[in-house]
Amino acid sequence: MITRIERAHKADLFDPEAQAVVSGAADLGIKTIERVFFFHVTYLLGDLAPADKRRIAEELLTDRVTQDYAVDGYLRRAAGDAWSVEITYNRGVTDMVAETTLKAVRDLGIEGVQDAKTARRYEIIGRLSDAQKELIVQKLLMNKVNEHVVQPGEEIFMSKAEDRFELVYVPLLQASPEELMRISRERDLFLNLAEMSAIQEHFRRLKREPTDVELEMLAQTWSEHCSHKTLTGLVEYNGEVIDNPLKKTIFQVTRELNKPWCLSVFKDNAGVIEFDDQYAVCFKVETHNHPSAMEPYGGANTGIGGVIRDPLGTGLGAKPIINTDVFCFGPVDMRHEDLPKGVLHPKRVMQGVVAGVRDYGNRMGIPTCNGAVFFDERYLGNPLVFCGNVGLIPRNMIEKTVTAGDYIVVVGGRTGRDGIHGATASSGELHSESEEIWSGAVQIGNPIVEKKLVDTLLQARDRGLYRAITDCGAGGLSSAVGELAKSTGAEVDLEKVPLKYHGLTYMEIWISEAQERMVIFVPPEKLDEALALFASEDVEATVIGRTTGDKKIRLRYQGQVVGELDMEFLHEGLPRIVRKAVWQPPQIVESPGKPAHDLGQVLHRILAAPNVCSKEWVIRQYDHEVQAGSVLKPLVGVENDGPGDACIVRPRLDSLRAVILSNGLNPKYGLIDPYWMAASAIDEALRNIIAVGGSLERTALLDNFCWGNTDKPDRLGGLIRAAQACYDTAKIFGTPFISGKDSLNNEFQTETGESIAVPPTLLISAISVMEDCTKAVSMDLKRPENPLYMVGLTKNELGGSHYLELIGGSSAAVPHVDAKAAKKLFQALSAAMAAGTVAACHDCSEGGLGVALAEMAFAGGWGADVDLSALPAEGVDRDDLLLFSESNSRFVVEVKAEKSREFEEMLKGLPHAKIGRVTKDNRLRIKGLGGDEIVSEPIAALKESWQTTLRW
Amino acid sequence: MAKVRVLVLRAAGSNCDQETKFAFDAVGGQADLVHINRLLEGTVSLRDYQILAVPGGFTYGDDISAGKVLANQLRLKLADQLQDFYTAGKLIIGICNGFQVLVKAGLLPRLDLSAGQEVTLTYNDSGKFEDRWVYLHVNQTSCVFTQGMPQIVRLPVAHAEGKLVVRNETVLQELKQKMQIVLQYVDKDGNPAGYPMNPNGSIEGIAGICDESGRIFGLMPHPERHFHPTHHPQWTRLGLAKEGDGVAVFRNAVNYFKA
Repeated sequence: MITRIERAHKADLFDPEAQAVVSGAADLGIKTIERVFFFHVTYLLGDLAPADKRRIAEELLTDRVTQDYAVDGYLRRAAGDAWSVEITYNRGVTDMVAETTLKAVRDLGIEGVQDAKTARRYEIIGRLSDAQKELIVQKLLMNKVNEHVVQPGEEIFMSKAEDRFELVYVPLLQASPEELMRISRERDLFLNLAEMSAIQEHFRRLKREPTDVELEMLAQTWSEHCSHKTLTGLVEYNGEVIDNPLKKTIFQVTRELNKPWCLSVFKDNAGVIEFDDQYAVCFKVETHNHPSAMEPYGGANTGIGGVIRDPLGTGLGAKPIINTDVFCFGPVDMRHEDLPKGVLHPKRVMQGVVAGVRDYGNRMGIPTCNGAVFFDERYLGNPLVFCGNVGLIPRNMIEKTVTAGDYIVVVGGRTGRDGIHGATASSGELHSESEEIWSGAVQIGNPIVEKKLVDTLLQARDRGLYRAITDCGAGGLSSAVGELAKSTGAEVDLEKVPLKYHGLTYMEIWISEAQERMVIFVPPEKLDEALALFASEDVEATVIGRTTGDKKIRLRYQGQVVGELDMEFLHEGLPRIVRKAVWQPPQIVESPGKPAHDLGQVLHRILAAPNVCSKEWVIRQYDHEVQAGSVLKPLVGVENDGPGDACIVRPRLDSLRAVILSNGLNPKYGLIDPYWMAASAIDEALRNIIAVGGSLERTALLDNFCWGNTDKPDRLGGLIRAAQACYDTAKIFGTPFISGKDSLNNEFQTETGESIAVPPTLLISAISVMEDCTKAVSMDLKRPENPLYMVGLTKNELGGSHYLELIGGSSAAVPHVDAKAAKKLFQALSAAMAAGTVAACHDCSEGGLGVALAEMAFAGGWGADVDLSALPAEGVDRDDLLLFSESNSRFVVEVKAEKSREFEEMLKGLPHAKIGRVTKDNRLRIKGLGGDEIVSEPIAALKESWQTTLRW
Repeated sequence: MAKVRVLVLRAAGSNCDQETKFAFDAVGGQADLVHINRLLEGTVSLRDYQILAVPGGFTYGDDISAGKVLANQLRLKLADQLQDFYTAGKLIIGICNGFQVLVKAGLLPRLDLSAGQEVTLTYNDSGKFEDRWVYLHVNQTSCVFTQGMPQIVRLPVAHAEGKLVVRNETVLQELKQKMQIVLQYVDKDGNPAGYPMNPNGSIEGIAGICDESGRIFGLMPHPERHFHPTHHPQWTRLGLAKEGDGVAVFRNAVNYFKA
């Protein structure tokens, strides 16, 4: 028996969910909607007495102050111009409210409900055509990847499937090369011929065919996503073969710098650096691009959920303390009719992604404090979603021990068919039909399951109940157990893995990427205590196998061996192929554009540009203060709405020691030269650290490369150049890389077969340890009559700049980084700030000096008088170029009036000059080289321009 | 003298528990983080504590509605203990999700666990979760937690369901008559104001209420997040204060038992 209960806001109360449909439809050009009613629907499976139904409705589901309900009926029925549509999750998709409802019904003392499912119903009043209704359903109300419209008579609950067992061999031994590739394609293995042949040869030696799960495990372990085979492979570039470019650049710089405070780098799930005598911090940034393209909410949701498990799976487990997020989307003002087929509108992608990060991060109780959003048409089919997490870990817990004979325990969520083939599919390109392939791979997370997991794992860690831990990410148990037990070997009984529902094959169990699961290795004498601890907080923990000593991975299902692979072949058998890389500078015509006359107007327009404008709409939706360590918030200034350069967080509430996080990203430069993009990104991330009072000491970097298909030599050439810049630049700055990740194949194939690659995109994240957070400085102007200084050299580097684009010019003169000079400058400024001479500091990035001045002024609520004639510059003699050049390594600094001599003394010999002062009159006035006023704008108007664009 | 003991209640999805414990400990209390299962199975008893704090978070994911599932657990399974705790003259505070729990369990605006809810906290008018700092007017009431606080304080809010709605006009009149409205969102000069000063559309800008005795207190803003001077959003402009505005809430509670 199925009970259906619906509830809704009382008709006289404002319902934001209903309102969202009205405004969303208006965005689609549909203006005939008069009113929307929104209903939460709950289905319960089981025999229930009428009194119990009423109790569930009244005491659990309905808020009697604001809502009405109906049991087995409708609160309103569509009539006349009203149209009713009900939407629910597809079968097998996580429905966390339903799971909670089951528990809560039992709390009421009502037994007999076997299953629950939620849906939502909309009743829409207004004249609409069928086409408009379809548009509203598809573009606004649901995502067909994991939801559908409930049809009359549809069976809401899954019928119980039987567990199936049939051992499947894949005939490989006699296969021709063509057949090998067909197998790879048909099984979505994403393995190339060399790899398939290596597997064939291996099994020929074993004189047997591989089973399906063996093949899947190899495909997963060898996937680009898990092995990073491109950057760790052989690359022919400029006539020489580079053996493992990653090792030769990113790893190399860290090795050469050899910082004693780098405690664990490039070997665990996150890089670890020293925090204080007792604690270390670790940091990891991941991408979740393809799932987010298909299902923005679920993709971002599981993206942040996944990266939180990285620090949690580092050493013996770190407590997650900060989240970061950086997104690249297509233009949000794009017309719907211009979208390529198979692409979600960028605004919908952005809203979904932000909601996904928000709902997961906030529920996990982790502050999301640092991020960026970047827009470009080339991200239309392939948005980028970078999620990062910082963890705090006791220094004596940063190593794992793996020994034979320990129990393999899976802790947390259950395993379902969700996320099958995520690791392999994310290693391929997206195309207009990708929704089909991905329907199994996109999931929705359940943050509360993960929160319970964190709470209990950290207790188990502190009680010494396990010896090793890792996360189930891409590749699921296959990757987690395969990696962690590499040195010993392991055997696993797959039928023991707790399942969400029946009917999974052993192969699906092994490679499922269901969320919220961790694997720990528990010594036999601690097993009972560990299982009791997890049970005491309702966290599922199940022994699924043991570590062995035979260096094989052996999989059984119901007692029968279904797979057995040598760890050595699994991890070392991947054939290394030589990939070709070339790089040729793009043909860019040098064109000066039409210099603007009204630079005030230009300033307004650049401030309003999506890549510069306020991201407050995003930031406020994240809890950036939970855990109570917030020192410098993402939004600063007199009205808490100015753009902070970096966030500062105190992870230990009894200490003034803090962590600074920042990032650098500028794909526009990547289109001109990936080398200078990479150098610029590093410079930007570091100057953000400096701008808030940090220093280059104790600062470490993370790299995240998102590139197109690197099987194409031109794409790979750019990547190699960027990696070289990482080495060169970080080496001089003395800032080691501690972790990183690359995501290749970020291309979208349109219906017509055209392949659009994302711009070469490198995100640099920086983490720094600050001894005394009360020395922090924010970017908002503080006091009238304080002098303003420019620190750093302005050059004629307009390539990729906002201004040049605005005036219709183009140039290959992308900003360079003189890292040697920049390092001296950063160190001197950092010392001057530590000495307390600085009242405010802001780096010059997109939009150059003009934007930096405007932001400082309106954030602080004071005006400024500035004279460009004093500006330290090289080869620039035009006001517009001085104002909007995006040269690197520059800061605008407000110095305390009484300390200006001391400040100048400390910057002696370095490019810096007094360029003006803070004023009381609420206007930004800039005098040009000719002595006339070229900008005079009220700061309130500048702020308005900056805030309007994304005020949703 | 023995320290005042504080039970900071945890459940699946609680997440401000550690900073709430830190706040109570810092003002001289002794706080324990206790999982709801320990109270339900009886291995820990409310009897051994003087203060019950229900911290912020998303208990049970706020699935169905914010705080509802934990509220039902308190109402249905711990009613006697809660009644005794209150009768013994002890203190209860609910912050953010904790406030939602207290209201839905029937601990506010008065202790009545019979499921006849009079007040609720529902979706913000903005339709979304928001983290922002607000100005609060501290009314003269019997609320133990806010005694001696300045008339206007600053605290952050961070919630999606913080709009206070009353069942009917009588409930609102009663809250006023009995001086149960403790905190109201205002502008920086202390005047009633609309969004974003009132971040959620609460009726009369209500941000926190107490029961008639002043011993049960619920509020949406987070006093534990304005504890250290560096929490203040403008400390880099104004300099470091001696302590954050929220400290008094915890100190008042602990000192209540020392008098």
